[in-house]
Amino acid sequence: MFLDFFLLLKEEGLPVTIGEYLNLLEALNKRVAAFNVEDFYFLSKTILIKHEQFLDRYDLLFGNYFHGIELSDIEKKEIPEDWLKKEIDRLFSEEEKALIEKLGGLEKVMERLKQLLEEQKEKHQGGNKWIGTGGTSPFGHGGYNPEGVRIGGSGGQKSAIKVWEKREYQNYASNVELNTRNIKLALKRLRILTREGIEDELDLHTTIEKTCKNAGYLDIEMQAPKKNRVKVLLFFDVGGSMDPHVEICEQIFSAAKSELKHLEFFYFHNCVYESIWKDNNMRHNDRIPTFEILHKFNQDYRIIFVGDATMSPYEITALGGSVEHYNDESGAAWLQRFVDKFPNIVWLNPSNEYYWDGVPSTKIIKHIFKDRMFPMTLDGLANAMKTLKGKKVVH
Amino acid sequence: MQEFKGTENYIATEELQIAVNAAIALEKPLLIKGEPGTGKTLLAFEIAKALGKDIHTWHVKSTTTAQQGLYEYDAVARLRDSQFGDDKTKDISHYIIKGKMWQAFESEEKSVLLIDEIDKADIEFPNDLLLELDKMEFYCYELQKTIKAKNRPIVIITSNNEKELPDAFLRRCFFHFIRFPERQTMIDIVKVHFPTIEDDLMEEAMKVFYGIREIHGIKKKPSTSELIDWIRLLKLGKNTKEDLEKIDFVAAQPPYFGSLLKNEQDFEHILKAKRAGQNTFRRF
Repeated sequence: MFLDFFLLLKEEGLPVTIGEYLNLLEALNKRVAAFNVEDFYFLSKTILIKHEQFLDRYDLLFGNYFHGIELSDIEKKEIPEDWLKKEIDRLFSEEEKALIEKLGGLEKVMERLKQLLEEQKEKHQGGNKWIGTGGTSPFGHGGYNPEGVRIGGSGGQKSAIKVWEKREYQNYASNVELNTRNIKLALKRLRILTREGIEDELDLHTTIEKTCKNAGYLDIEMQAPKKNRVKVLLFFDVGGSMDPHVEICEQIFSAAKSELKHLEFFYFHNCVYESIWKDNNMRHNDRIPTFEILHKFNQDYRIIFVGDATMSPYEITALGGSVEHYNDESGAAWLQRFVDKFPNIVWLNPSNEYYWDGVPSTKIIKHIFKDRMFPMTLDGLANAMKTLKGKKVVH
Repeated sequence: MQEFKGTENYIATEELQIAVNAAIALEKPLLIKGEPGTGKTLLAFEIAKALGKDIHTWHVKSTTTAQQGLYEYDAVARLRDSQFGDDKTKDISHYIIKGKMWQAFESEEKSVLLIDEIDKADIEFPNDLLLELDKMEFYCYELQKTIKAKNRPIVIITSNNEKELPDAFLRRCFFHFIRFPERQTMIDIVKVHFPTIEDDLMEEAMKVFYGIREIHGIKKKPSTSELIDWIRLLKLGKNTKEDLEKIDFVAAQPPYFGSLLKNEQDFEHILKAKRAGQNTFRRF
């Protein structure tokens, strides 16, 4: 009987499965909850939803689907008038406001907007009537109509109606760690197991050998357990063209931080020159000479550069090519020092690899890195980790 | 069927009661998440108490493996014993050390099994427990027999979100997110712990507490357990409503502030916010 509701959840991209649907029916059958909408809401939520990031979306869909049924928790709220006004003031130029007048005035547009919001039941994209994204209706955003009202959020998959219902899990939808599990799994490939520390594991092989030599009397030999001792230095390109990639870089960084015990990270801008920095807020005061890094860390360290390698070619090849200061030695020379010193080194590039060949600076860096440049996809990451382990994989 | 309604020491919202009762009725593990200090771990103990069950607690650490929850075979001890011709060595079962899950499976009555902080373990850890939690059975290679739960235990799993849990694992659990309690629920919770607390002291303490929680940018917001500790200290120190009223965080700090804030940066953050005159303290 709740099949439609279940299918709606599925359609809207919530990860629900048939098993969970059957569980829900079973729970209803066993009368776990009383027969009212509120209890059903609690029950279905606990059975169908497995992550707080989905709770918000679930609340909305539930509210939409069971619209009209008495709900004390999720009741429809009036659209705040001043909120709409503020949005309109913010978004429209005087010219556009004049256009609105032509359409029958602000009042009328607002009225129509409200009406549409009432009617609209599902996410919408394209088309010319409903509110959503990319359409020609005056509402929603990213559309062609100059008087398009941008509703809430930064758009994308969020539909306009979401903004003003009581949604208590809203916060959890955005600030949770998303998708880093896959990244962590990829980073796990970079495991180099060595024996160090307390000897608390039985060394079977030596024990047998020594026991035999001991005429059958046991002579137990212990050894330290194998642990992941891989040591990694991460170099992040920050600022400028890297800004669109900040999110994925943060994900990689947070995944790396929890997966790798020996990890140090540094920042640079566009290309590495004679100094880099550790704290991005202190980048002008607290710089570390690059030579110090080259001397301090031995060849055991694996080096990962993260950057889009997009800049003027002079920034790599020419003296004084840096955009920030006059550099006495070219960026290429500095990169070459890293490549020469560390046998296990890769460059991760978050930009789309389709464009790599068209960007001269990318080509130069890829050449310096002997083709060890990988895209920031899961495959790319996996291959990069293999390369760091010393296997010959090139992209 | 026994129903969980909270206990005299533990206020469970209706939402939480339904989640727990659904998990008990359908014999599914219940995954509990929420802000630290909202009583995730406590829940398992309170369920055990309310329903009169035994509880088996398995506290997961970064080095814990799934196998340890099932059983461990102490081969070295057996080898050593064999040197002295101990008869015990003929029966391998003497050297099988039962883990928490085995103990819970074995218990004659339905028991509660708490798997605490599952996110602390290795990223593959939950995957290694799929069958065990689904079928409530596992195979012991050394004894060559399948250990099956006599009574499927009520499994409560807590997580602090340090690692993302795999989908296959989540599919097998019910899920409940403990939200931070609303003011009224919080007052109920405090009353449970301090039945004799004066209303006006409580009122002032709540003001200070929610005031701190409302300041933006605090790293570790104080939660239920911190509030309860703090009120306990206030009572011990015989603080009165008047003491709390004059708190403005600049000239007068709350007494026992350290029990509310666990981070010296938060301490400075609040001072700074207050000095800058950002009055985020709402008077209720």
